[in-house]
Amino acid sequence: MNGETARRDDEEREAVIAARGLVVGFSGEPILDGLDIDVWRGEILGIVGGSGTGKSVLLRTIIGLNRRSSGTIKVFGKDFDAISGQERQDIGRRWGVLFQQGALFSSLTVLQNVAVPLREHMRLPDGLAEDLARLKIEMAGLPADACAKYPAELSGGMIKRAALARALALDPDIVFLDEPTAGLDPIGAAEFDQLILKLRDTLGLTVFMVTHDLDSLVTITDRIAVLGNRRVLVDGTFAELKSFDHPWVRAYFNGPRAEHFTFG
Amino acid sequence: MRSADGARDDVTVLGIAGDWTVETVGTVLPTVAGKVAAGRHLVFDGSELGRFDTAGAWALVGLMRQQEEAGGSSELRSFSKPAATLIAEIDPLGREQLPAPVRVNPITWTLEEIGRGAAGIIDDAYLLLATLGEASVSFLDMLLLRRRMRWAALFNNISRASIQAVPIIGLMSFLIGMIIAQQGGFYLSTYGADVLVVDLVGVLTCREIGVLLTAIMIAGRSGAAYTAEIGSMKMREEVDALKVLGLSPVEVLVLPRLLALIIALPILTLVADLAALAGAWVVSLFYIGIPTDVFLDRLKAALTVTYVMIGLAKAPFMAAIIGLIAAIEGMKVKGSAESLGEHTTAAVVKAIFMVVVTDGVFAMIFATIGI
Repeated sequence: MNGETARRDDEEREAVIAARGLVVGFSGEPILDGLDIDVWRGEILGIVGGSGTGKSVLLRTIIGLNRRSSGTIKVFGKDFDAISGQERQDIGRRWGVLFQQGALFSSLTVLQNVAVPLREHMRLPDGLAEDLARLKIEMAGLPADACAKYPAELSGGMIKRAALARALALDPDIVFLDEPTAGLDPIGAAEFDQLILKLRDTLGLTVFMVTHDLDSLVTITDRIAVLGNRRVLVDGTFAELKSFDHPWVRAYFNGPRAEHFTFG
Repeated sequence: MRSADGARDDVTVLGIAGDWTVETVGTVLPTVAGKVAAGRHLVFDGSELGRFDTAGAWALVGLMRQQEEAGGSSELRSFSKPAATLIAEIDPLGREQLPAPVRVNPITWTLEEIGRGAAGIIDDAYLLLATLGEASVSFLDMLLLRRRMRWAALFNNISRASIQAVPIIGLMSFLIGMIIAQQGGFYLSTYGADVLVVDLVGVLTCREIGVLLTAIMIAGRSGAAYTAEIGSMKMREEVDALKVLGLSPVEVLVLPRLLALIIALPILTLVADLAALAGAWVVSLFYIGIPTDVFLDRLKAALTVTYVMIGLAKAPFMAAIIGLIAAIEGMKVKGSAESLGEHTTAAVVKAIFMVVVTDGVFAMIFATIGI
């Protein structure tokens, strides 16, 4: 729908991630087939789609956890297949990932979890890794006494925050969030939204977010891409998508739960 | 001394130049650490600042705090808007002191651990009996047709614990049979009593070694698997889900595994006995030089059915101990991956130890009743 404007803007915006013709499948029918997607620097991109349309698969493919059978992915302008292992590792440091279940290391405390990337990838003076980890934990909105706790002792919302702190540990350029607000109460979810927005504004993050939370989509995303039929059906702002003519998109953006979001 | 801004006497301008990021902060920080000066007004000039991130902001905020503590004041000048916002975000954070880790007295710690270990043995015994009781009641209910037998789970577990273990148990016992025959034959031949090798191997393997080694192998193989399975189900709250659905975890998870082991271990013991005898036969024939018909005659005379039955009779008891220990260790798993590893290790170690103890108890019983 806004394909024309998007194309016109292409020259001015920098694509942090540019994927072309992605084909991903596990034994048999592909889940993604010929999918193209761009993520622009500094934007918050929301990915939506029905169950099983491959939202998480797309995320995992971009960060290299799933194999693709064809297609190219350029990250920070570099083709992921053409670069050396060292370069790939360097790029890995420039992104942070928040997994759906948090994926905190269960035998480490929250502080140790967040300090892992700092200790492993950086040579820092004594104590600085802990200080920075602690800072990230506070930035993610956790109280200081959560530092010494183990993941099993945390609530769902605290796990998400701790995992976000770990994803942000190395000040990445881009963070991937897989359903960051799923399972949070509305107040916690709204706080989380504001947190992401604030971090984007202060740290200049680019955010790639898989979500089902209409509130998040309305409040914080700059652009929403809808997955369907194994590719991106359409992308645009929430207001634009409300008027797009596709059964699933119409049902999603004009359904009973979306009714109270109106735009002039 | 007039300073750069020409207004105040006590002003020091400190240029914050170059990259201040998590990569560089380690090298940059020592170069500015000595610049904090008591009683002076420190101006941080950010006009030549390169890349800047939270680590850099944290270092800068740290400098400002040091200056404050030293009795001076500070201000920021010529910082870009994003950098200033970031500093403003960081400034209120990290002020609260983290609680210091509790120091433990090594003597009290040792005493505590001993006490905890002793109490743990009693807890284990209680849990073992409770689980055995619950499993027995469930089993009885099934025999009386008051409850449905989980045939699919039972046969699946029997298959995993027995048929899939046959190759490794067979190979191991074959080699053990060969080794015993070779060692025995070597020493017995010096007395000219080569043929007694058949008695040695036959009685030793069928009565003791066959069942013992099979039980140890199964403790490491199926016992560890059971603890890991039940433990990871515990970690993911699947065990709690069973309870909430009105199902007993012991009935659903433990009983099929326990029964499977009790059925599988005697079968595997028989396999082990046969494989060990086969191994002994190979060595007797080719190394010691005992013809096959002599070997068989000697075996028939030396190895009575009683010896084989003594070996087989121990198997179900050892199986029950392995299964119960695996189950209660699995149920004790807490949230972390470390805890899962700890309890799996404990399950195998305890099971092997208890298998050996059981073997000893049986030896005493059989000695008392004279067989």
